[in-house]
Amino acid sequence: MTSTFLADKRSGPGTELPPPESVRARGRGRRRVLHWLTAVGFQLPALVLFIGMVLLPMLFALYAAFFRWGGFGMPSDYVGTDNFTDLFDNPVFLGDLWRCLILVLLSLVLQLPFALAMAVLLNQKFRGRAVYRMLFFAPYVLSEAITGVLFSMVFAPDDGLADHVLGAVGLDGVGGLWFADPSYVMATLFLVMTWKYFGFHMMLYLAGLQSIPRELTEAALIDGASAWQRFRNVTLPLLAPTLRISVFLSVIGAIQLFDLVWVITQGGPDHHSETMAVTMFQYGFKRYQVGYASAISVVMFGICLVFALAYQRFVLRRDLEGATTTMRGDGK
Amino acid sequence: MVVPLVYAVLSGFKSTDELSSNPFGLPKRWLTSNYTDILGGGDFWRLLGSSTLIAVGTTVLVVALSALAAFSFARFAFRGREALFTLFTMGLMFPFAVAVLPLFLLLRSLDLLDNPLGVILPQAAFGLPMTIIILRAFFREIPGELEEAATLDGCSSFGFFWRVLLPMARPALGTVSVLAVVTSWNNFMLPLLVFTDNTWWTLPVGVQQFQGQYSAEYARVFAYLVLAMVPALAFYSVAERQLVGGLTAGATKG
Repeated sequence: MTSTFLADKRSGPGTELPPPESVRARGRGRRRVLHWLTAVGFQLPALVLFIGMVLLPMLFALYAAFFRWGGFGMPSDYVGTDNFTDLFDNPVFLGDLWRCLILVLLSLVLQLPFALAMAVLLNQKFRGRAVYRMLFFAPYVLSEAITGVLFSMVFAPDDGLADHVLGAVGLDGVGGLWFADPSYVMATLFLVMTWKYFGFHMMLYLAGLQSIPRELTEAALIDGASAWQRFRNVTLPLLAPTLRISVFLSVIGAIQLFDLVWVITQGGPDHHSETMAVTMFQYGFKRYQVGYASAISVVMFGICLVFALAYQRFVLRRDLEGATTTMRGDGK
Repeated sequence: MVVPLVYAVLSGFKSTDELSSNPFGLPKRWLTSNYTDILGGGDFWRLLGSSTLIAVGTTVLVVALSALAAFSFARFAFRGREALFTLFTMGLMFPFAVAVLPLFLLLRSLDLLDNPLGVILPQAAFGLPMTIIILRAFFREIPGELEEAATLDGCSSFGFFWRVLLPMARPALGTVSVLAVVTSWNNFMLPLLVFTDNTWWTLPVGVQQFQGQYSAEYARVFAYLVLAMVPALAFYSVAERQLVGGLTAGATKG
């Protein structure tokens, strides 16, 4: 009754005797309404849940960000944009932005290339390759909380695995406080992040690599291209769409990093590992400055949104064109 | 890569004293009491049960609602379809951390704190965009002739969905279910906030609290960690293909 193509067919020319114009219009109108109601009816449960639990809270955060508010009753103490201007005077928050930028850059220049290298390696045929894949991917399945606790033990000062290893190879005293040392804490955190997430990116790349037709690399091989040339000129361009997605996910992930940091350091020592989400959590749930914390949420959202839109506009758009032109000819 | 994991398993069999004198090697005496103590107490099982309940609840809800919505997106042409779909896909860009504060206030006013629904409903809501996108792509590939045949046989559109589409979509449903289970299982922030007392704590919350409580007894914490990892890793080894398939499909179609 309500299916698309049947409706299309029925409105096609010359299938049956046309009823009088007015009846037909009324019937079609009613049918169209019915069709619309059925279609939207299927959406309704999902829509209600999505609006209630995702959209409304976000809009409310936007509203609450303009109030000084402790989180009880309705916000009433309107302060305009004070929360936002305060935020950009707050050294902790400015530090959050800075640390976020560092994490993004580190992920892009270290973690993703490493993941790519491993993916290319594991894409070769060799014994035990499936086992390696499973091992590298396993950390991704463990929750951030469990990973966090595990590594806070591994990097525990003196008794942790890391210090013991360094001690055993004669590098006593190189380790140390790890998560408790302001100058080491971000590097150590990044190490844990890499352990946890690089397998995920590797898996994405592997899936991308497998969709590249083997004939292309074989053809390049016959043309006498070296391994590096084959990788640089055949594999990499064809993998570009996957790479762009993984960069996107990696950046969005870094912006909202919370669980790992909260479990391991709670942002310490002295805010040196705090992220925006941790600062938001501190203000919202520990100090009950909910209006201020909402302002942090709004800024986080703004950064994500601007990044996502810009990325879609300037990077992902090129994807379709780029992919087809590289397929069609030999460049320019 | 596996060193930290092996280290944790072995350490769980040692005493805390032995850990500092013999950090790497096999335990001199395999001490099982760390593990058995935890398994013998009721706490661990309670956490496991509540994690399971929440994961199953979330998964059933998100897959059911997404399947209905994806069916409508894939099979109906109607006014406002593109707008609605854009609305859902925009949900992919909303980081959970951004909404968590107002969400908490909402749950508080709905009296859903310390109630598993307080975790299930938001988790399902945030899972909708990805699940809908994956399912829609899959539903689209099922040939229109099938629908035509079903309709001629007197099937209503819901009848077609229920009796033809869903059984055919079993692999896709499996994939999104596995994704939903893993996401729910690993969620930390929401259960941490919603469950103020320990009745409904999930494993990630429990592990963190356990470490705080027994911070001096390393070996015990290691044993606890290992036990908390087991369900996730076991599930992963069974559902690996589905999980990887879902992640890559979701990521490239997102």
